[in-house]
Amino acid sequence: MQTLVDLKKGEYATITAISDNQLKLKLMEMGCIPGETIRLSQIAPLGDPIAIEVQGYTLSLRLSEAASIKINNIIPKTIKNKSFSA
Amino acid sequence: MNQLTDKQLRIAITGNPNCGKTSVFNSLTGLNQQVGNYAGTTVEIKSGVLTYNQKQKARIIDLPGTYSIYPKSKDEEIAIDALINPSSKESPDVILVVCDASNLKRNLLYFSQVADLGKPVILVLTMMDIAEKKGLDINLVLLSLNLGIRVVPVNPRNGKGIDKLKDTIFNTLLATQNHLIDIYNLAPDLITEERIRHPEFNDFQCFLAIYKNQREKLDDLLSEETIQRYSAINNILLDSVTQKTAEKEQFSNRLDKILTHRIWGYVIFLFILFIIFESIFSISKFPMLWIQNSFSWFGDFFTSHFPEGPLNDLIVNGVIAGLSGVIVFLPQIILLFAFIAVLEDSGYMARVSFMMDKLMRRVGMNGKSVVPLISGVACAVPSIMATRNIENWKERIITIMVIPLMSCSARLPVYTLLISMITPDKMLWGVFNVQGLILMGMYLIGFFSAIAAAWVMKFLIKAKERNYFILELPTYKAPRLKNILLTLIEKSRTFVWEAGKVIVAVSVILWMAASFGPGNSFAEIDAKYANKNLSNELNAKEISNKIKSEKLFASYAGHFGRFIEPAIQPLGFDWKIGIALFSSLAAREVFVGTMATIYNLGDESNSLSIRDRMMEERDPITNKPKYTMAVAFSLMLFYAFALQCMSTIATVYKETKTWKWASLQFLYTSGLAYLVSLVIFQVFR
Repeated sequence: MQTLVDLKKGEYATITAISDNQLKLKLMEMGCIPGETIRLSQIAPLGDPIAIEVQGYTLSLRLSEAASIKINNIIPKTIKNKSFSA
Repeated sequence: MNQLTDKQLRIAITGNPNCGKTSVFNSLTGLNQQVGNYAGTTVEIKSGVLTYNQKQKARIIDLPGTYSIYPKSKDEEIAIDALINPSSKESPDVILVVCDASNLKRNLLYFSQVADLGKPVILVLTMMDIAEKKGLDINLVLLSLNLGIRVVPVNPRNGKGIDKLKDTIFNTLLATQNHLIDIYNLAPDLITEERIRHPEFNDFQCFLAIYKNQREKLDDLLSEETIQRYSAINNILLDSVTQKTAEKEQFSNRLDKILTHRIWGYVIFLFILFIIFESIFSISKFPMLWIQNSFSWFGDFFTSHFPEGPLNDLIVNGVIAGLSGVIVFLPQIILLFAFIAVLEDSGYMARVSFMMDKLMRRVGMNGKSVVPLISGVACAVPSIMATRNIENWKERIITIMVIPLMSCSARLPVYTLLISMITPDKMLWGVFNVQGLILMGMYLIGFFSAIAAAWVMKFLIKAKERNYFILELPTYKAPRLKNILLTLIEKSRTFVWEAGKVIVAVSVILWMAASFGPGNSFAEIDAKYANKNLSNELNAKEISNKIKSEKLFASYAGHFGRFIEPAIQPLGFDWKIGIALFSSLAAREVFVGTMATIYNLGDESNSLSIRDRMMEERDPITNKPKYTMAVAFSLMLFYAFALQCMSTIATVYKETKTWKWASLQFLYTSGLAYLVSLVIFQVFR
């Protein structure tokens, strides 16, 4: 099973589930809902945290949190260009 | 407070962080606002008065930004408690939910939760211009119909929509919103059970009561609720929002490529810090001098125009001296907070947290700890309050515990005096001012010891919950002058009130300790000199100085100083420094004034003369200069580490609601200070 940690900068993916029960509510409230498309937009200079685009805004989170976000359907940045639901 | 009667309308403004909530609040109230204790708690909330048609008035409270009705941080707890606590006196009649139109989906999640409380709500849309630039076309009529409430777009920058908002507020006294999801069906049994206890609650209020008292029963229902809300919001937005043009790469993203670049990101951050500190020291010098001069003028005026006596002395040397000790730091504090407010309002500070999180995490803190730590250079009191947005309890406590190690502005006069005693005002290699270098060294010592202390605490303090760093990176925006000015007024008020009342109170106590002595020792001194005065050739000034210093020796403060002398002697301090250390508990800079009193100088404001007098001081036994390099460094380091600040202790107590952390903090900083000073003095004496 792939998680957000496996995503490379600029790539898109779809969230399938959130595995960490303690973080689940916070992440979902911030817009990380299963079925939602996200893009890895930034990686902090020291490699951690990272920032994703979700629900039309930018959210940063640590790799340890990203590991609890399960994803599939990774699309490299070259194929899919820009089409986001607002 | 604002001369409002009970009948007047109470309005609460709430919304996500970064949604422009405070701008809306500022537009509605203008300068007519204040920070006050909120409904019997120790928490302070901003409130203001809204005047409508010159006769109707309403009280508005501005709640801290919140992402959800289930609070995760101290800040959010404050906001939610104000909204849902039905027993609260401030319980609002109308709730304004402010939503960022360019980020509508996530903002509406919180809106839908608040709407389900069943109170009259108004949706205030900000950042319509940004939404338009993003190509979003929002059909306000459809949105309003779908949600069942009034939607008012506003632009606080030019005041557009504010009048319409005021009209809407005074005409919205009925709850008309649609419920987006069926809460009852999520937990029918639990809600039915809860309703027996609270028949007046609606479904969602019952759900929240269950969340509060038996959270474990809800388990997965909370994420289920969130998913359902998002799905309902999605349907509404599909109907009422259309994406006209494809998004271009946003300005924010391009700016981020430089500002969070792996090299330039840090270079720019360090450069900004450099500019901030440079201007704090070079610009604030002048207003600080004016403040000092005007207070000493005022003190002189008072001394000479009112009858002499203990009351006069109390006002001049207790109250006025105490007040001056508070006000003199305002320029530095205002400047530092102005810079921080600009950086925060523009969205840059979130990037600093993003870049620094990994480093801060290694020492048990959080990216969000950076702002409080930087503010610690001005004053620990508002900085400790600024930790409220750190969600994780352990990371927040560690940040609070190490903030006082950052060299605050009250240490500056102490450092300046002591540095000027040990080094001449010379240049090194023609470029560096030696005194400046030592001063910078003191700040670095403060910073690195804060980091080291945090690292140690990381192993000592047990975590209560999983830590995380989930932070929105808002789009960059031009800072709004009005917001910044109002933030500055608020921060200055916090400083003057929170730090000020303690400083003045302690100044008065110290004045009493130094002005009275046990038994009739003071009378004896007076009698002794009254006799001498007749035959002696000493001039009046010298005699009065001698009386002063002998009285200090005989006073309660003098007794105290000599009592603790054995304990501080190994650090190179005598009883006189002992008094100064003790009096520094009011505020560290009181050291300079106390030294002036001890060395019986009339004019307190002239630190050069204090320096000269201190340098002349000889050790009574060895007859060598008292203030050697070792003593001066030992004393400076003592000031760098010791938590000699009653205001900080009081603030830590208020923020953590237990004396445990306040006393632990006092003990560890004092222990550290004692140890470091001991080593320095014993090695270099």
